[in-house]
Amino acid sequence: MTTPQPLQIRRRATGGETEIELSLDVPSDLEYVGPAVELIADELPGGPLSLRRIRFNFRTAFAEALANAIAYGNRRDPGRVVRVRVEVARDAVRLHVTDEGNGFDPADVPDPTLPERLEREDGRGLFVLRSLVDHVAFNEKGNSVCLTLRAG
Amino acid sequence: MSFSLKKDKHGVVVVGVDGQLIVGNRQELKQKVLDALEGGKKFVIDFTKTGYIDSSGLGVLVSLSKKIREQGGDLRLCGLNEDLQTLFELTKLDTLFAIVRTPEEALAAF
Repeated sequence: MTTPQPLQIRRRATGGETEIELSLDVPSDLEYVGPAVELIADELPGGPLSLRRIRFNFRTAFAEALANAIAYGNRRDPGRVVRVRVEVARDAVRLHVTDEGNGFDPADVPDPTLPERLEREDGRGLFVLRSLVDHVAFNEKGNSVCLTLRAG
Repeated sequence: MSFSLKKDKHGVVVVGVDGQLIVGNRQELKQKVLDALEGGKKFVIDFTKTGYIDSSGLGVLVSLSKKIREQGGDLRLCGLNEDLQTLFELTKLDTLFAIVRTPEEALAAF
């Protein structure tokens, strides 16, 4: 991290189905992944997700999505940020991670559990994401992902 | 988050992962283990105090496992909680690593 910037979380109570919304802009430097994940996870109100799912599923999936957005989406360009928005509702937590890149086609990512790919160092991010949350949805361009963790 | 390295009386290097093993700190772990590989060949990585591991963290373990094997060494993993164990199973990495429950079991297995 060459020029550390404090991460600023924004919190707002909403009147609709989503009770609280947290948002955060993260610089395109992988050193921010851990601190950003901790900042948001610590701010998540108890309720929809069990502490265990916040500790493991939410943190891991968030770190995965953020790292992908910084490394592959924004290509670590310091002029770009990753926008994070977390909607906390009674029935679910929805995490939106959006980069400023050109997107990708998730269908093009090969299965990392195939025997010939098992000893590769990379290529597990999307698989891990899908394993840890209830729903993964990309926008058409492929530069924004919404991860849904249902209450429980 | 931090990594601790200790050598037991039989020369086995025990690496503790405190916090998380993710994209932001994986290189630190890799370098520490590679440095230690010059003085020892048997490694245990203990995840008893680990909260979560992302795919980059899994990737660095795969890479270290290969490097240690190439040097004629051996790597064992231990202390995985139920969630981390599931992550290894889902990614089929449980087939690639020697995984035992506790550091004591890992040391006894060498």
